[in-house]
This record gives sequence, C-alpha cells and structure tokens, in this order.
Amino acid sequence: MTTEAGLAAPATGAINAETAETFARKLDAVLLPLAALLVGMSIFSIFLLFLGKSPIEFFQIVYKAGFGTAFSWTNTLARAAPLLLAALCVALPARLGLVIIGGEGAIVLGGVAAGAVAMLAPGLPGPIGIIFMAIAACVVGGAWIGGIGALRHLRGVNETISSLLMAYIAIALMNHLVEGPLRDPASLNKPSTAPLPDAWRIGEIPGVGVHWGLAVGIIGCIVCWLLIERTTWGFAARIVGGNVKAAQIQGLPAGLLMIGFTALGGAFAGLAGMFEVAAVHGSANASLAAGYGYTGILIAFLARHNGLAIIPAAIVFAGFEASSGLIQRRLDLPDATILVLEGIVFITILLSDARQDRVSIVKLMKGASA
Amino acid sequence: MTTDIGLWGVPLAILGGAIRVSTPFIFVSVGEALTERSGRVNLGLEGTLVFGAMSGYAVAYQTNSAWIGLLAAAFFGMLFGLFHGWICKLPKVNDIALGIALMIFGSGLAFFFGKPYIQPVAPHLPAISLGWWSDVPQVQAALRVNVLFIAGIALAIAASWMLKNTKVGLTIRVAGDSADAARALGIDVNRVRLWSTAAGGALAGIGGAYLSLYYPGSWNEGISSGQGLMAVALVIFARWSPINCAYASLLFGGAGALGPALQSVGVTQGYYLFYAAPYVLTLGLLIATSSTTRAMTSAPGELSITK
Repeated sequence: MTTEAGLAAPATGAINAETAETFARKLDAVLLPLAALLVGMSIFSIFLLFLGKSPIEFFQIVYKAGFGTAFSWTNTLARAAPLLLAALCVALPARLGLVIIGGEGAIVLGGVAAGAVAMLAPGLPGPIGIIFMAIAACVVGGAWIGGIGALRHLRGVNETISSLLMAYIAIALMNHLVEGPLRDPASLNKPSTAPLPDAWRIGEIPGVGVHWGLAVGIIGCIVCWLLIERTTWGFAARIVGGNVKAAQIQGLPAGLLMIGFTALGGAFAGLAGMFEVAAVHGSANASLAAGYGYTGILIAFLARHNGLAIIPAAIVFAGFEASSGLIQRRLDLPDATILVLEGIVFITILLSDARQDRVSIVKLMKGASA
Repeated sequence: MTTDIGLWGVPLAILGGAIRVSTPFIFVSVGEALTERSGRVNLGLEGTLVFGAMSGYAVAYQTNSAWIGLLAAAFFGMLFGLFHGWICKLPKVNDIALGIALMIFGSGLAFFFGKPYIQPVAPHLPAISLGWWSDVPQVQAALRVNVLFIAGIALAIAASWMLKNTKVGLTIRVAGDSADAARALGIDVNRVRLWSTAAGGALAGIGGAYLSLYYPGSWNEGISSGQGLMAVALVIFARWSPINCAYASLLFGGAGALGPALQSVGVTQGYYLFYAAPYVLTLGLLIATSSTTRAMTSAPGELSITK
C-alpha cells in the first residue's frame, strides 16, 4: 500500500515531504532546548517552593533586573559579551567531538596578556594599542586552548580533564604575574597590572551603552556559524566530530582541524579577557576569574553548539546573572541561587538531548504518516 | 619552644603535608576507580566533594559530632552518585557532559545551603599522634595523622583485594570491560554501574567531609580547588588500581604541600607557582601516560574517557 502510494505520488509531493521534515528538524532544534529550559525553570520553582519562597516573585525579579528596563538591558548585555565569547570556546571544539571546559584559563590569560602589552608600550596611540592587545589576547588564548587540542591529537590526552587542569594553572599564573612581575606598585588592596592608558580604554557602542565586546561577540558567533555550517572546513570538522576514523580514511586532516578549532575557540575566550580588561576593569587582576568560562559551557550546551543559538542563550543567562544581586536583597536568597538554577537547567538540557528520539516533531510527523 | 632544625623542616613539612593533603585524594580516587572499573566516568565528583564538605560540616555543627557529619557527607555523596548513575542509565546520555552539569549543580547546592555555616565552628575529626617517639615538635606535627588517612589506606588495600578476589569485584570488572560479555553472564550492567557510581559518590562525600572537618578544617566556598577533578586524572595515572591511587594521592599531596612548606621556611618567591604544582604534576603525568597509538594498559574497555 505504502509503496504504491509512494510510486503514485508526484515528484513535488516527495519534495514537500522532505522540506517538511527538514523544517520539523529545525523546529525540534529550537523547541527542545526551549522546553528543556522551561522544565529546568519549573524544577527550580519547585525547589523554591520547598524553601518557602515564591517562584513567581523570583522570576519577576529576574525579569525586572535582567530585562525590564533600558538600564537592566545594558547591564545584561554587558555581561553577555564575555559569555558569548566564552561559549564559542566550548562550542567550536564540541563540533569536533571535543569537550573543552577550561575556557576560563584562556579568558584569564587573555586579560593578563592585554594588561602586559599595555605595560610594555604604554606610549602607543590608542587604536594601535587596542589592536596589539587584541592580538596578544588571541595568541595567548589560542595557544592555551589550541595546546589542549594538540595534546589530544598528538598524545591522546583527555581534553576535558587537561583543559580544567590548565584553567587552574592559568589562574595560578595570573596570580603570580599580577602579584609579582606585572604588579603595579600603586595597587595596594587588589594587586593589579598598571591601569591602561586612557586612550587604550575601549568605549561603548554608540546608542547601545554597552562596550564593543558585545558587537565582537555577536559577530564572532555569526562567523563561527558560517564557518561550521557553510564552509568546507566546517563540514570537514562536523565529519570528524561524527566519526574520527571515517574522517581520517576520507583523508581529512583531523589533527589540523582539532588544533585549529580549539585554537580559534581559545582566541575568542582570550578576547573575552581582553575586553574585560580594556572595557570593564581597566587593568588585569583577579576579577578576571569571574566564572564566565563555566557559564559559557552551559550556554554552549543549551545552544547545542550552534553559533547563532549561542546569542539568545547567552543573553538569557546574562540576564539571570545580572539579577543575582537583586535576588539576594529582595528574596534573602544566597548568591549561589543562580548557580543552582544553572545546574538544574544543564541537567534538563542533557536529558532533552538524550530523549530527543522520544519527544520530537520529526517523530510525531513520522508517526502520523506511518 | 621550637627546635631549630633548619632546612630539614622542608622535607618534614612536605611529608606531614603529603599525609594531610592526600587524604581526600585517596577517598575520591579510590571511589572513582571503583566507578570507572564498572565502565562509567563521574566527573561530577568535584561537586559531590564540595557538597560533602558542606553537609558534613553543617551536620557536625548541628549534632556536635564530627562522626555523624562524616556519615551525612557519605550519605549525600551516595545520593549524588545514585543520581548520576540513574541518569546515565538512560540511553544516549553523555556521562562526561552530565558530570560537568553535576559539578555545577553540586557546588551550587553546597554554596546555597552552606551560607549560614561559614561562620560557626564545628567539631573536628580526631587525629592520632604517631610522633610520640620524637622530641622535635616539627616531627610530632608532621606525624599527627588523622584517622581518616589510616582508614583511606585500609580502604585502598581492601578495594584492590575486593576487585581482584571477590565475586562483586569480578562482576564490576566484567561490567567495565565488556557490557556484552556481562549481559551474556546474566549481569545487570546498569545496576552494577549504578551502585559502583553510588559507592564512588559516597567516598567522594567522605573526602569532602575531611576537608571541612579536619584540614583545612572549616567550611567556605573556596574549600575545594579541583581535588575532585584531579582525582579523576589521578585514577588514569594509577591505572585504575585502588592501591596505586593511594600512592598517587601521596605524591599529589606532597606536591600540594610544597608551597606551604617552602613558605614556612621563609621562601615566599613564586608562591602561586608552587601552588600550581599539583596541577602541573597531574597534567605532566597525564601527558606522559596517555597515548594515541596503543590502548591504555588495564583501562576498562567500556570507558568513554579513554576511547
């Protein structure tokens, strides 16, 4: 019966069914993470109810502090800037099947590199100084994370563990440099590098009120999406991510791709550190280790390592984190509340990935036509 | 009065530090070795460790008994292990990604509930003085050994023996080496892994309680600096043998004690670099013992982390 119908169906019908399925797949890719986010938020609401707090009040405060006013949007977007770049450091290697969780290390060292450049040649004019800082941050961040990719390719070192170890080493290095060789003697309470020359400070995007890191982050996400979805390299990387051995048999340079993609991710994370120094703090110090690298992991997984999806995901979590202070004051909850929410959402996202075959529109469609 | 023993103080302080610092590593790594021998990786032990530290401290403070605190930490650690094992039973769940999620979740919950316990002082776990034969205070200080260190060494020996000689041990090893072979033998692979992960979680909880109830001996949000994760790397280096885990833990403890030991004799230069010594050592050993060409000797066949 089905074969007859299939044979009898005109060619356009087959194409329509095919486009419908592609469309359903795309819808799945959007709806499933959204559902996971909502389920995670619901479980978190139950958690709040158990503690005698009102989830409605909680999310009202999140909305007000994160997205309710122009001022809160500015705050949220400023936090989103490093998160976008940190998430790319997870998403790019992930497309090759590598789970890198030490982006924090590249952020921290990228920031220190920027601070060091400013101490070496403070006489340079602003724009050139900014370019040098960006290059230094990209090179240091790229080498740091690219090294993890190289270790994975050349020595088979597990990248998840090595990246986290290297993040701890990076933070120790930063503390050593900022409290020792690079310390500005004038920074008494909080050891820092020398303040950046005024001309080197990165300003705000006109009309937005957020520093240029946001624009760079968004452009980075779009570029990465194009790279992965629309170029031969990206296609090759996705094949490597699917099956390394098959890719190597096809003659794809798996090792080069691994090193290249990890280095690119690291360069983005390094840039995040550079913007924190040049646009937010004004010098490199321990504030660089603010946990952006870890929130970036969650954002990349929520976005399913898709560059375009990282943009809204980063903004949502930036809003959550921006509301942390108000939640502490209004609801008398500890600052770790957002961390609990993030942990729950992370778990529901992983569950939704695993359950995709059970609950999906593609499946529903196939079920209906069968 | 302190006797001046000059530079001899450094190796002594490192020895004492190795014993003090290594204890949580022993518990976490022996637990993770059991989990990994059953074919699963739990990267979330970092979160379990932190939650164990918090719950152990909080319960010890409330009940005024460090031992009840320790039990509570083991219990909550087991719950985390069961949770990890239960979710990993579902098809297509990536155990490494789930570990990262649980790392965030466990630390988040610990910080959330631990806020009121940062100030209060809880009772400590007792220590035994093994340095009674010496008059030198530094020797006595170095040989004040916590009971958990001794228990940890005993546990490592017992776990090695259990894996090698008992039916339970064989079941765990078969489940870890080949799920198909285990199924053919009528072993419920998922159940074996669930309970191996639960045991690993309970031991990680104990490791955390040691941190808050003995050394450093207080609860705060910076109590763990990646010990839970380093323990996972350490298991690879120890080739999945619990006894080797104990040796490796002592080595790591020694590396961790290097900075404070040098500081105690007045070397303050590069303090932060010495602080990084255990991480550098872990990474170096990981690089030295990994390989792309040959399969890792004695690695459980089903392990996602070595594939």
